[in-house]
Amino acid sequence: MTREEYVESIKAISGTDVRKCMKCGKCSGRCPAFKDMDIKPHQFVTLLGQGKIDVLLESKAIWNCLSCMACVERCPRGVAPAAVVEAVRDTVVRMQGKNGIKAEDIPPIVDELIPQQLLVSAYRKYNK
Amino acid sequence: MQEVTTEKKEFVPNIVAFCCNWCSYAGADLAGSSRLTYPANVKIIRVPCSCRVNPTFVLKAFQQGADGVILCGCHPGDCHYVTGNYYTRRRMSLLFSFLNYMGIEKERTRVEWVSAAEGAKFSAVMNDFVKTVTELGENKKLTDLRVKEGE
Amino acid sequence: MQRIGVFICWCGSNIAATVDVEKVAEIMKSEPGVVYSANYQYMCSENGQQLIKQAIKEHNLTGIVVGSCSPRMHEATFRKTAEEAGLNPYMVEIANIREHCSWIHKDMDEATEKAVILVRTAIAKVKLNAPLTAGESPVVKRALVIGGGIAGIQAALDIADAGFEVDIVEKNATIGGRMAQIDKTFPTLDCSACILTPKMVDCAQHEKIDILSYSEVEEVKGFVGNFNVKIRRKARYVDETKCTGCKICMEKCPSKKGLNTFNMGLNTRPAIHIPFAQAIPNVAVIDPEQCIKLKTGKCGICQKFCGVGAIDYEQKDTFVERQYGAIVVATGFKPIDLDNFNEYGYADNKDVITSLELERLMNAAGPTNGVLLRPSDGEHPKVITFIQCVGSRDTSGCGKPYCSKICCMYTAKHAMLIREKYPDTEVHVFYIDVRTPGKNYDEFFRRAVEQYGVDYIKGMVGKVYNENGKLMVQGSNLIDNEQVTIVSDLVVLAAAIEPEPSVRKVATLLTASIDTNNFLTESHAKLRPVESPTAGVYLAGVCQGPKDIPETVSQASACAAKVIGLLVKDKLKTNPCVATPDEMMCNGCSQCANVCAYGAITYVDKEFRLGGGKTEIRRVASVNPAVCQGCGACTVTCPSGAMDLKGFSSKQIMSEVEAICKK
Repeated sequence: MTREEYVESIKAISGTDVRKCMKCGKCSGRCPAFKDMDIKPHQFVTLLGQGKIDVLLESKAIWNCLSCMACVERCPRGVAPAAVVEAVRDTVVRMQGKNGIKAEDIPPIVDELIPQQLLVSAYRKYNK
Repeated sequence: MQEVTTEKKEFVPNIVAFCCNWCSYAGADLAGSSRLTYPANVKIIRVPCSCRVNPTFVLKAFQQGADGVILCGCHPGDCHYVTGNYYTRRRMSLLFSFLNYMGIEKERTRVEWVSAAEGAKFSAVMNDFVKTVTELGENKKLTDLRVKEGE
Repeated sequence: MQRIGVFICWCGSNIAATVDVEKVAEIMKSEPGVVYSANYQYMCSENGQQLIKQAIKEHNLTGIVVGSCSPRMHEATFRKTAEEAGLNPYMVEIANIREHCSWIHKDMDEATEKAVILVRTAIAKVKLNAPLTAGESPVVKRALVIGGGIAGIQAALDIADAGFEVDIVEKNATIGGRMAQIDKTFPTLDCSACILTPKMVDCAQHEKIDILSYSEVEEVKGFVGNFNVKIRRKARYVDETKCTGCKICMEKCPSKKGLNTFNMGLNTRPAIHIPFAQAIPNVAVIDPEQCIKLKTGKCGICQKFCGVGAIDYEQKDTFVERQYGAIVVATGFKPIDLDNFNEYGYADNKDVITSLELERLMNAAGPTNGVLLRPSDGEHPKVITFIQCVGSRDTSGCGKPYCSKICCMYTAKHAMLIREKYPDTEVHVFYIDVRTPGKNYDEFFRRAVEQYGVDYIKGMVGKVYNENGKLMVQGSNLIDNEQVTIVSDLVVLAAAIEPEPSVRKVATLLTASIDTNNFLTESHAKLRPVESPTAGVYLAGVCQGPKDIPETVSQASACAAKVIGLLVKDKLKTNPCVATPDEMMCNGCSQCANVCAYGAITYVDKEFRLGGGKTEIRRVASVNPAVCQGCGACTVTCPSGAMDLKGFSSKQIMSEVEAICKK
C-alpha cells in the first residue's frame, strides 16, 4: 500500500470524518491517559487530516490509549478520536502481519453495554 | 438515479407532482439551487396550497396516463393558509383508498410534507417515489379503460 | 384567438448549459396558439425585458410564457414588464426551467425534453388566463410589537416617533428584557441600565405607545394592513391604574421565599413584587404559585397595607382585541439549559455559573449589591475560569450547531471588569476561537489580554470536578500541547443562546416560518433581512438569529422603517388571485364558509331572473376579495363546483395536467 492508500484506509477503518474537527481540543482536555500519550488525541485527528501518518504509525500512544471513549463522548462535532487511534493501531498490527483477532476470538455473546471497540482494542493490545 | 435511455425501452413513469407555493414549491426550488438531482420524469404543477388540489385533478392525471401522482404541502401546523394541508390530508386519504379499491395501487399516490427548507427531502422523496412507481410498472388499468371509452 | 409569445431564458449558462434553449424556442414556434418565440441570454435584464415588451407590441400578444428561473424569483419582474407593454400582468406564466430542470438534470436531451413539456404546460395554462386587476384594502395605522426587550422598545419608539400608534405586548410584568439584566455593555463598558432605562421611560411616556405588560398574544386573524389580534392580559392581581409602586406590599408580604427570576434565581423575592427598581410599568405583580392568599385564602396582608387599594385577589385574565396594520416580532432569547453538559458540573456545583448569572452577581442592583462573591460561601473568588462555546457550535446533538455570536465579547468584558475591580484575581479563559468582528471589538478583546493580563488558553475544557471544595478545571492547552488543570474558585460558562421558546407559539399564530433552531426565517437572507415571508410581519433581535445589542437596535430600527413605510400607505394592493363563486351554480350550502380559515365568505340573498318576467331570491356565497388569501380550500369543498380560484382555476390546472401527461 502507498502512503495515500494507508491514509484512506485508516480513515475508512475509523469511520470518522476528520474534517468535522474544529480544533477545540476538548478530546485532549478530557483524556485520562493524556500524560502517557506521545501523540495527543486531538493530534491523531489533525495529523490524519494532514496525511502525516508516519508519525502516527510510530507513536507509542496507540498502546497507551485506554479506549475509554471519553474523547468520543465529549466531542462537540461528532468526531471520534478514539476510533482514529484504534484504526492506526489496527493498521500497525496488520503491517506487522500479526492480525491476531479472528472472528471466533470474539465471544459469541457480546454485551451491548461494553463498547465493542474497547473489546477489540483490548484484544489488539494484549493478544500477543 | 440511473440514466434511463429510450433504446433500452425501459419503463419511464410519468409523474405529476402538485406542490404548494409556500413550502414544497420553494423546497423544490431549494433542491434545484442545491443541485440535488431527481428524475426528469417528475413534473411539478404549482398550486397556492395543497388544499387547492381537487380530487378530480388526480383522476384526470391518471386518466391521461400518469403513472403516479404526488401532492406536496407544508408540514402539518405550518400551512401558510393555517389549515389547508389538513383538508388535503383528509381528502387524499379518502381518495387514495378509493383509487386503491379501483385498482390503482396506493403506492402510486402519495402526500408528503416538504418545507421550504427541505430541498434534500424533496429530492429524496421524488427519487423514492419514482423508484416505487417504476417498480410497479405502467399504470395499465386506467389507460385500458380510457381506450375502451374512446372506442 | 389567443396570440401567445414564448420567451426562453438562458440565464447565462445556468439554463443553457443543460437545456438546448434554442431548440426549445424553435419547437415552441409550431405550438398551436404561439405566434412568437425567442430566446435570450438574460430575460430579466433590461435588454431582455425590452425584447419582451417589443414582442408584445409588435405581435399583439394576448399572453406570454417565460421559460426561466422559479416564478418565486422573477414572476413579479415579468408581470411588471408585461404591464409596461400594455398587457395585463396576469397574462404572464412562468415555466420554471432552471430550479426544476437545468439545475437538477445532467443529461442535455433529458433536460431539453423536460423543458419543452414545462413550457407547453405553461402555454396550456396561459391560454386560459384571464386579465385580473388587483383590489385594494385599507391599512390600519397602528403597529403591534411583540416583546418588550431592547429590540421591541427601539422599534416601538421609532414607529411612534413617526406618528403612528404602537402597542408593546410583553409577557413579563415589565419591559426591559434581557438587556435589563445585563450589568455593563461592550465595547464601551457603559452601564446597561443607564442606557436602557431612559428608553423604557420614553416608551411609558410616549403618547403614541401603549405598553401591555404581563400580556400575551392569543389569536391573530387577518393579514397585512388588517391584522386582528386578541391579547390575553394575564391577571396580575394588582390594579395597574391604582398601584403607585411604593413597595410597601413587598416589605409586608410574609411569603418571601420565591426564586428571583430577574436575578437568575440567585436570591429570593416576595410573592408580591416589582421585578426590579426601574420596572416599567412600576406596578407590582403577585406570583399565584407563591401567594398564600391565592393558595389558601388566608393572608391578605398586602391588601391591608396597600394605601391605594390596588390589590385585587379576584382579578381574572382579560382579553383585548385590537386591529393592527403591521406586526414586529421581538421575542428575544434565553441561555440554553445545561442538562446535556454534565462534564462542566453546573448542576452539582453552586460555583459553576452561567455568564448571565455572573452579570447579576456583578450588578450593583443584584443579589450581592455588585460585590463579586461566589454563591456557595460568599467568599471573594481568587481564581476565575471562563469556558467559552458551552453548547455553541455543537453538532453532536447536545447543543446548538450555530455560533452564539455574543459570548466572545461578553467573556472578554467579564474578564476585563473583574481584573479592573479585583486586580488580585487570576482570570483564565478557555476558548476555541475568539470571534470579534465589529467596530472596536477586536481592540476590546486585545485590551483584555494586553492591558488587563487575562490568560487566554486555546483549548477546551474536558471536565470540571470538585476536589476538597476547589473546582478543578481540566482542559487542554493546544498551543503548548499540554493538558492543564486549573484550580478555580469560580467557573463561568458562556452558555449558548437560543430563541425564547414562546416564539414557536407566536410563529404559529402569525404563520411566520421558523427554522430548525427555532429562529424565525427572514424573507431573504441578504436583501430582506428584517421581513418575515408573511406579509406585514417584521423581525427584530435574536428571534431572527444571534446578535448583540448594537445589531439588535439596528435591526429594530430597520423594522420600524419598514413598518412606517407600510403604515403611511392608505391602501394596499391585494392579491387578485382570489376565490370567486359562480352564482348560477351556487346553492348556498355553506360548505365553503366552513372551510375558510379567514372568514372571507359570507352569504347574500340575491335576486335572479328566471325568464318570463319572473324572479327568484336565492342565497349565494360572496367572497370578500380583501380578506380571501387565495388558498383554494373552498373550491374543492364546493359540492356543486361553483367556487373557482382566479389565477389557479380548475380548468387551468386540468389543462396543465393534460399537457404534462400527453405523450
